[in-house]
Amino acid sequence: MGLTLADAIAPPDGSGHECQWTLNFGPQHPATHTTLRLVLNLDGEVILKATPDIGFLHSGFEKLGEHLDFNQYVTIVDRMNYVSPVANEIAWHHSVETLLDIKLTPRCQMIRVIFAELMRIHDHLLACGAAALDLGAFTAFLYAFNQRELINDINEWATGQRFHPSYTRVGGLQRDVDDDWIGRVRSFLKGFPAAHADICRLLNRNRIFIDRCKGIGVLTREEAINRSATGPVARASGVVRDLRKNRPYLAYEAIDFDVVCSQDGDCLARYLVRMEEMLESHKIIAWAIENLPSGPVNSNVDDRMVLPNQLSVYRSIEGLIHHFELNMTNRKWQPPVDEVYASTESPNGELGFYIVSNGAPEAWRARTRPPSFIHFSLFPHLAEGHTVSDVAAILGSLNIIAAELDR
Amino acid sequence: MSTPEAYTPPESHAAIVALAKSVAGCDSLIVSGFRDNVRLEVPPAASLEALRKLRSHAGLDLLVDLSAADYLNYPNAVHRYGIWYVLESVETGIRLVVKTWADDPDPRVDSVFDVWRGADWMEREVFDLFGIVFEGHPDLRRILMPDEFSSHPLRKDYPLRGDGERHNFHALSREES
Amino acid sequence: MAEGGIPVAIEREPRDGFIVAKLDELASWCRKNSLWPMPFATACCGIELMATGASKHDIARFGAEAFRFSPRQCDLLIVAGRVVMKMLPVMQRIWLQMPEPKWCISMGACASSGGVFDTYAVVQGIDRFLPVDVYVPGCPPRPEQLLQAVMDLQDKVARTGTILGREFQGRESPEGPRSLRGELDPSRQIVAPGNFRSSTRAWSLPTVAGRPGA
Repeated sequence: MGLTLADAIAPPDGSGHECQWTLNFGPQHPATHTTLRLVLNLDGEVILKATPDIGFLHSGFEKLGEHLDFNQYVTIVDRMNYVSPVANEIAWHHSVETLLDIKLTPRCQMIRVIFAELMRIHDHLLACGAAALDLGAFTAFLYAFNQRELINDINEWATGQRFHPSYTRVGGLQRDVDDDWIGRVRSFLKGFPAAHADICRLLNRNRIFIDRCKGIGVLTREEAINRSATGPVARASGVVRDLRKNRPYLAYEAIDFDVVCSQDGDCLARYLVRMEEMLESHKIIAWAIENLPSGPVNSNVDDRMVLPNQLSVYRSIEGLIHHFELNMTNRKWQPPVDEVYASTESPNGELGFYIVSNGAPEAWRARTRPPSFIHFSLFPHLAEGHTVSDVAAILGSLNIIAAELDR
Repeated sequence: MSTPEAYTPPESHAAIVALAKSVAGCDSLIVSGFRDNVRLEVPPAASLEALRKLRSHAGLDLLVDLSAADYLNYPNAVHRYGIWYVLESVETGIRLVVKTWADDPDPRVDSVFDVWRGADWMEREVFDLFGIVFEGHPDLRRILMPDEFSSHPLRKDYPLRGDGERHNFHALSREES
Repeated sequence: MAEGGIPVAIEREPRDGFIVAKLDELASWCRKNSLWPMPFATACCGIELMATGASKHDIARFGAEAFRFSPRQCDLLIVAGRVVMKMLPVMQRIWLQMPEPKWCISMGACASSGGVFDTYAVVQGIDRFLPVDVYVPGCPPRPEQLLQAVMDLQDKVARTGTILGREFQGRESPEGPRSLRGELDPSRQIVAPGNFRSSTRAWSLPTVAGRPGA
């Protein structure tokens, strides 16, 4: 057997600190939200070394991805970053559609954009609310959750599930949205800026919150790139990189929005970047909902890649056969024998899937590039030299989602 | 895999490919592509040098992804494990996939820990799930599975439902608790 | 007895400062209306658990809003989310640390049966290793379902509770479904070696004094 955790948590050599002690933090701890474990080597209250121990939620997602077909696996990726489930679905099917070379219809692209941005708000609300909660500000969390409930209702209206809707399909969507849904999104958009302003008023000038965040866990631009940080965490450190702009997918090329960045790289910057990004997402949704193209949501049904709609399955023999072929174990899709990496800008950072295909309708290897996993590896670097109470601030600002971390 | 002869990399990648070919041991590397991915297949002996050079000279400063796949019984596969590095330049947005390989019984490749610190956990994950050893990694231990776990679950010869480890626990009764 | 098992004497306005009730019922009445949940939130269900605690669904209406993260202060373990190999010993340890009387809600498909995760790492139902009182279906369950589960548990407490916890005694064998260890041929089984130091197994745990195993 090679190295074990016991080797890793041994106190640093020759540090000369007399009153060193080791603190076990988690895996069941309120500030870790879910199942993370940290072993902290402390000198008094100062962290000398932090050793994360993860895997407490490792459930074999990627192994399952090798056994479920492209449409079935969407239910599993849903549960990956469960704070913004539809964003995962979009990322997964973006990779699958790149592999199968499917072009989406304009309407489908726009609906996916709206969902992706709703999920960004959904995710950032939890990230900011929970970050505040960990620092003792309970009210902001409740305000955030009220808005999240509205987004859950929007999800439910379109898909039938509050979250984990499994909404996307290869080349399309489970079903089209209706006018009531559009109305719901509009009324959400109307109320959101006020709620956002409420949270800002509670936190942005809150002395305690700022004192506990400012200058804590600073990540420089060089380190952010060196350590593969992406998304809001990297942008808070001055890395101007947003896949929606850099490698536009869906309909993002046509939409006008700004990439939010900061230079400070501390916990406060990460919080502020997230708060601002919500307003940008709001802007995107507001534009997209008014410019929602009409037409079908499923692209070119005739090439036997996309599930036909329910009516044609029930009322025509062609539709029935088509549906049957896409569900029979020995038919389904015939992707090229090749491999592809494609990624999207999920709320947490770059969420990519590297799919190796052997020509079967299941992936040979469905590798996830999980932003939480990479961001948590930053933690020892960020926490060093800070005090125990800063652990909660740093963890909250990184927004680690355990299911995505461990998969 | 698409046939390497038929593929010429896009204009934007020409300089990078030429640079990679200039590394010792890489002169015959295979360039292939699929959709918007450009792939270089680098022999494991030269992978570290090539990656180091790609970072320092071609500006590919972001290691986006590092992982592996088990190609046991994969159509036309030559090597058992393939390891890929997805690189990107923050400045220009150019993306490149570098692939290398390893084989049983002792799969090894050089660690890129010194080139990108971001490779730290990604290499540990590959070690944990595939059993590929990254030489030069200072802290190579299991990351997702328990330290005492004895198999590598993402290998193709490991069953989806495992070998009974998930039931190997003591059941608590009401009286005991 | 009135509906819900509340002693009759308590329901009426006490005259002359007296109430008449059996001690068992009185204790159960107190307990059921002040459940202190221990949120063992591992995954997605944890978010719905948070939603249940937040303002719209407001679990405080059922006297169960005092979430405590220390098992010593709790009497209701809500397992929300899948439990995997590495986490199970942790969960058992938390269960052992909770004082009697205590109950357990298995929230969601994954905790109850493994759900969609029939893989090498996920425990196929926590009830194989832990006594469970109420199961909540759904993936994840809606907050309303969790509230219903809390109410069902309140009923159960009122119905079966005793002041000394006699209802738990004599239940000596594990109550869940049989272990699936036999699903494989013995030659195929890898008995994971070692003692899982990083996530201690239940039988090597230090337990509370006076409890079995101490």
